[in-house]
Amino acid sequence: MFVDKGLAERVAAEGARSAADVLMTVDIGNLIELVDRDLAQPVRSAVLEAAVPAPLRDAEGRWFSLSTRARLVYADPDLRDLAGLTYEDLADPKWKGKVCLRAGQHPYNTALIAAHLVRHGEERTEAWLRGLKANLARKAGGGDRDVARDIVADLCDLGLGNSYYIGLMRSGRGGPEQKTWGDGVQVVLPTFRGGGTHVNVSGAVVARSAPNRDNAVRLLEYLVSDEAQGLYARADYEYPVKPGAPLDPLLADLGVLSVDPTPLVEIARSRKAASLLVDKVGFDR
Amino acid sequence: MLQDLARPQALPAPARLRPGAWTLAAAAAALLVLAPLAALAAEALRGSSGLWPHLLAYVLPQAIRDTALLLAGVGILVVAVGTGAAWIVAAYEFPGRRILDWALLLPLAVPTYIAAYAYLDLLHPVGPVQSGLRSLLGYARPRDLALPDLRSLPGCILLLGFVLYPYVYLPTRALFLMQSASLVEAGRCLGLRPAAVFRRVALPLARPAIALGTSLALLEALNDIGAAEFLGVRTLTVSVYATWVNRSDLPGAAGIALALLLACLALIGLERAARRGRGYAGAAQRPRRMGRTPLAGPAALAAAGACLVPVALGFLAPAGFLALEAARRLRVAGLSDALLSESLNTLRFSALATLVAVALGLLLAAGPRLVPGAWRAALVRCATLGYAVPGAILAIGLMPPLAAVDGALDGLSRTLAGAGLGALGLGTGFALVYAYVVRFLAIAVGTGEAGLARVPRSLGDAARVLGRGPGATLAQVHLPLAWPAVLGGALLVFVDCVKELPATLLLRPLNVETLATHLYGEAARGTYEDGAVAALLIVAVGLLPVAVLLRVSTPRG
Repeated sequence: MFVDKGLAERVAAEGARSAADVLMTVDIGNLIELVDRDLAQPVRSAVLEAAVPAPLRDAEGRWFSLSTRARLVYADPDLRDLAGLTYEDLADPKWKGKVCLRAGQHPYNTALIAAHLVRHGEERTEAWLRGLKANLARKAGGGDRDVARDIVADLCDLGLGNSYYIGLMRSGRGGPEQKTWGDGVQVVLPTFRGGGTHVNVSGAVVARSAPNRDNAVRLLEYLVSDEAQGLYARADYEYPVKPGAPLDPLLADLGVLSVDPTPLVEIARSRKAASLLVDKVGFDR
Repeated sequence: MLQDLARPQALPAPARLRPGAWTLAAAAAALLVLAPLAALAAEALRGSSGLWPHLLAYVLPQAIRDTALLLAGVGILVVAVGTGAAWIVAAYEFPGRRILDWALLLPLAVPTYIAAYAYLDLLHPVGPVQSGLRSLLGYARPRDLALPDLRSLPGCILLLGFVLYPYVYLPTRALFLMQSASLVEAGRCLGLRPAAVFRRVALPLARPAIALGTSLALLEALNDIGAAEFLGVRTLTVSVYATWVNRSDLPGAAGIALALLLACLALIGLERAARRGRGYAGAAQRPRRMGRTPLAGPAALAAAGACLVPVALGFLAPAGFLALEAARRLRVAGLSDALLSESLNTLRFSALATLVAVALGLLLAAGPRLVPGAWRAALVRCATLGYAVPGAILAIGLMPPLAAVDGALDGLSRTLAGAGLGALGLGTGFALVYAYVVRFLAIAVGTGEAGLARVPRSLGDAARVLGRGPGATLAQVHLPLAWPAVLGGALLVFVDCVKELPATLLLRPLNVETLATHLYGEAARGTYEDGAVAALLIVAVGLLPVAVLLRVSTPRG
C-alpha cells in the first residue's frame, strides 16, 4: 500500500503484527530512517549484491537502492554556454531574479543542500543558500514541473528539477500542456565543483517483522532483474541501478550522468542540519 | 455556546436518564479524543534538543505573521461571503434564488489542494486565461503582460476564502431560516432600513452560528498543507511537517502541533467568553417564518450576482476545469474499474463515521442542557479538540493507543485461545472511522449546540414539568426543532470525511484505496490530470448529501 509521510511510524506502531514484508520509499533519508528505527533486517543475497553497486546499498544489506534520479538544471533554451554549470554557480549574482525552485524544505532540495554541506561545510553552504535565495525569481514552492512551466512562461530563466520529470513531461504522458513545458526547456547535467551530479534514490528494505521473508527477498531480486530495471527506466524514467541496464531514450538524450561520489549515507546524516539551515537563511520565506 | 444558556434552565433530573449515563458516555467520548492527544504529548515530552530556540530565532516570527495574516484574511472573507449570501437567500426572493440556495454549498465538495491545482493551471501565465487574454490584447510573450501571481499570500487567502465560506454559510443560513419573523418585523416597524435590519437584528442573533462556521473554516485553513505548500505560503503547520519529515524529529513536530492546539483553544475560548451570558433562544410560540421580500429589476440582478460570484469562484471554475480534464483523460484512458470500489470505500467509511459523529455530537451538545455542571461542559470541550490538530499528526497520535489495544487483545487471545489475533485496530476500517470521528466530532458538537441554542428553554421546561424525562425531552422537543442545524452538521462531517487525506493515507487498511488516496497517488506521481476523474468523483460523492439535506432542511410553511 502507498503511504507518503509516516511509513516508518505506521510500521513501527504495528510492530511484530505488521503484515508488511517489503518497505519501499524514495529519498535516502527515508531509507536510513527505516534502518535507524530498526524496522529493516539485514539481507544477504548474491543476486542483489551483484546487481546493486556498493555505494547504492547498505554494507550489511539493510537497504538497497532500486533506481536513481538526478537533480538537474532546467533552463531557458535561449541561454548559451551552460555546459560545465555547477550547483555552486546557481548562487552567482548574475542569475539574480532568474532562478525558480521548489521549497528548500522539500526532501529533494534538502538532500541536495545536505550534499553541499558534506562537501563544503556549514559556513560555505549557508553563504551558498543565501546567494541562491537572493537569486530567486519567486518564492520557493510548488513542484519541479512548475519550474519548467515558469521558465516557459518567462517568469525565470533556470531552476532545478528531478530527471524523471523530464521524461514524464516530454513523453506527453502528463498531457499535452506538460509536453510543451518539457519541450520548452533545455536540460543541463550540473555537477558540484570538483564532483559529480547529485543523485537520490528510490529503494527498499525487507521489514524487520516480514511474515514472508523469503518472498520479500525474491521480490527485491526481481526488482533488480533486467526486466524490472527496464520497467523502472521505461515506465518511470528513472536511472536503473543495475550497471548496463538500458536507459529510456528521453533520459539518454540528456547526456552521460557522472554521479557525485559523496556517500548517500553521509547525505542522509546531514539532512537535519540542511533543513535547519534552510530555516536559518529564511529560504522558503 | 450552549452551556452559557444551560445553567439557568436546569431542573432536577428525574430518574429516566440518569445523569450518570450521560456523564459516562461523554467521558468515553472525551477519552477517545484525548487518547491520541496524550500519545502526542508523551511523544513531545521525549524532548527535542534545541528545537524551540531554533524556531524562535528563525521560523516563528515569520510563520506567526503569515499564519495570522492568512487567518485574518480568510476569516474576513468567509464571514463576509458566507453571512452575506445566507442573508440574501434567506431574506429576499429573486430569480434563481432556489438554485443558488443550494449551489452556494457546492464549494464544500472541493478539497482545497484540488482547487489550488486547478486554479494554478487556469491562471498560470501559460494557462488558458492569460494566454487568451494575451491573444485578445495582441501581446506575444508572457512577460509583456505581467499579472499578479496566484502563488502568494493574497492568492492563498482568496482561494481558501472562496472554497471555505460554506462552513459559515451553512450554519448561518440554517439559523436565519429558523429565525422568527417578529424580531425582523419589529426592526422594520421601528424604521430600520433593510441593511440596518441585517446589521442590527439578524447579524447579532446569528453570532453563534457565524462564530462556529468561522472557527471551522479557520481551523481548516490552518491545517491545510496541500494548498499552502503549492502556493508557497509558509504557515506554522508547514513547519510542523518540515520538523517531522526533514529532521525525523517527531517529538518536535508533536510539540509544535500541541502548542498550535493550545493557541487555537485560547482563540476559541476568547470568542466564547465574549458571548458569555447572552441568550440566543427564540420565542416559545411556533415561530412564524420570516417572509422573503421580493426583489425586482436591478436589485434582483444584484442579489443573484452577489450569490453567483462565490459559486462560480469556489466551485464552477475549478470543477469545470476538472470536468474538462476528466473528459479528455476518459477519451484516452477510459474509466478504471478501481474507481467504483474506491467510491464505495469512500462512501462506506465516511457514512459510518458521520453516523457515529453526529450521534455522539448530539448527545454531547444536549448533555449540559439536561444535566448541567461546569466539569461536564469541560468534558464536551475535550471531545472537540481533534479538529485543531493537523490530520497527519493526529493519525500519528492515534497509532500508539490503537497498537496498545491490539497488543492487549492479541495477548488475551493467546492466553485464552492459544492463538494470536493479528491487528484489530490499527490498519483496519475501524481505525479510519475512529480517526474521522476524532477529527470531525467538533463539527457535530458545534452544529448540534448551535441548533439547540435556538430552542427556547421554556419548551424544554414545559416538557419536563409535564413529566418527560431528559431523553424524551431531547427526542420529542429539542431534536425536531434543531433538526436543520443537526443535518447541516452531518453534511459538513460527511464531506470532510470524503475529502480527508493525510489520516486516511496513514491509517487505511492494506490494499484499500479511497478516492482521496487514489487522487493523491496520481498527484504524487505527478500525473494529477489522471486523477481528475477521482477528483470529480470526490466532488460528486460530496454533493449527494447536499441534495438530501436541502430537501429536508428547507422549512415548509
